[in-house]
Amino acid sequence: MAITLDQTIAQRQRNWFSSVFASQTFWVLVAVIIACIFLSFATSSFATPTNLYNITRNVTFVAIIALGMTLVIITGGIDLSVGSVLCLCSMVLAVTMHAGYGIGTGIAASIGTALVVGAFNGLLIAYLGFPPFVVTLGMLSIARSLAMVASNNTVVFQFGPDHDKLLALGGGAWLGIANPVLYMAVLALLTGFVLRWTRFGRYVFAIGGNEHAATLTGVPVRKIKVAVYMISALSAGVAGIIQTGWLGAVTTNIGAGMELQVIAAAVIGGANLAGGVGTAFGAIVGAALIEVIRNSLGLLGINAFWQGTFIGGAIVLAVLFDRLRNLRQSD
Amino acid sequence: MAVLELANISKHFGAIQAVNDVSFSLEAGEVVGLMGDNGAGKSTLVKMIAGNFRPSHGTMRLDGNDLILHRPVEARQRGIEIVHQDLALCNNLTAAANVFLGREMRRGYGPMRILDYKTMYKRAGEIFKELKSETRPRDLVKQMSGGQRQAVAIARTMLAEAKLVLMDEPTAAISVRQVAEVLAHIRQLRDRGIAVILISHRMPDVFSVADRVIVMRRGRKVADKPITASSPEEVTGLITGAIEQV
Repeated sequence: MAITLDQTIAQRQRNWFSSVFASQTFWVLVAVIIACIFLSFATSSFATPTNLYNITRNVTFVAIIALGMTLVIITGGIDLSVGSVLCLCSMVLAVTMHAGYGIGTGIAASIGTALVVGAFNGLLIAYLGFPPFVVTLGMLSIARSLAMVASNNTVVFQFGPDHDKLLALGGGAWLGIANPVLYMAVLALLTGFVLRWTRFGRYVFAIGGNEHAATLTGVPVRKIKVAVYMISALSAGVAGIIQTGWLGAVTTNIGAGMELQVIAAAVIGGANLAGGVGTAFGAIVGAALIEVIRNSLGLLGINAFWQGTFIGGAIVLAVLFDRLRNLRQSD
Repeated sequence: MAVLELANISKHFGAIQAVNDVSFSLEAGEVVGLMGDNGAGKSTLVKMIAGNFRPSHGTMRLDGNDLILHRPVEARQRGIEIVHQDLALCNNLTAAANVFLGREMRRGYGPMRILDYKTMYKRAGEIFKELKSETRPRDLVKQMSGGQRQAVAIARTMLAEAKLVLMDEPTAAISVRQVAEVLAHIRQLRDRGIAVILISHRMPDVFSVADRVIVMRRGRKVADKPITASSPEEVTGLITGAIEQV
């Protein structure tokens, strides 16, 4: 039977099933599930409501920022400043509320700070052509320093009249699920929707695939890039607000080194640092794997010094699968 | 009436005269080969038509109306499409996404508009069919052959009703069979009544598909004649300067 041109054009090369099995995110998810099943049998303390509550809540802070980071990584950029921006935004919130302002003002000031920082990063990168690594490395230093200036390097643990509201925001729960987990779920769905269904999302992928081509075809490359760094800083700010509510105190060293965990989560979840590839779901799954590794080492009684080795191993292993698949394709 | 009319177009960058007093016109459904050595001014000329540069002197008219372009997007809005030398494709996107890049179709109302995947796949499939290219709209461009990639780039020019298509060295780095496909695509554009400017170094391509050849040397137009009245030898002489002007 002859195959007509119509049939060829209408044919799908890969169906839904095979594309799921080919994705790095799927295999990382499998690893997370296997690890959870294993830990449920190997330890008596893993599958307890308290531990699961803690794990899911601990995942959220890295995961929320990893959502923003994934957008940046898809455009082929990087944002090293997120840990410091989280600290700065937490501190702005804390200092504002400590001074007697309400929670609404505090959150607005915090979000505003995040957007200004993100816009600064984005404008330098998109309009002045700075390498993202350099700009955000500078911001990593600047934002933490500003947090110290804002608080005079003290610990803030009294949040004025709306103290209890802030603690309920981050520390509360709904139907047994920690509030931060709910925020994460909503933000992940939103990010996933934007990436798949909006023109903005399409342009983010196009810039990461071939920035020059995107420019030539009329994509507003610079505006999109500024927006992406603003979203990244915003995600750090949101995580900072939630974390402040959960911890009940802000020090100037929160979020230190967090950028590396966030980037690790995004990369483990399938985002490609070369740009053009990444998903919101992957960011969550990557963050979950890191948290499960951390949690399990403690429960299994393995020395905590091994934590870095296991997380580092997970990064290399996750990307290894991707490399092997590419090698096979290029053959 | 001519689709495109250039009158006394010049462009200088500081002291360098890149294009010097060039005039020509182009009819609908006409394929013109634009030839010249590196630095002869053909890229600069085409970039002015594409909206990348503005001419220092002279006027351009499209369908009898003044053509003043500030940005490349405006050229596209006026019905001028460009196939770039490197094709300007995003490897991580599907063929359909590349065809519609920068002018995605959406459905919904107001700010709640989402990408209309179904219609874009369908429309891209129709264009590939028209191009007689075995290109699947849902496939990633990364996995495509050189000929399919060319088809994706050319399909872009067929989305809107283009009046003029500029092709910058479309056959420079592809196999013999793919060259034949690209030339066939150029004829398809011509049959739709679209005027085509083909910039090429390859003599056989220009002589097989073009109706007319324009030769540039050192910023000046040195020849503009029907392809049947010229020969590859004459054009070579004009390009190198062995023949001064015809």
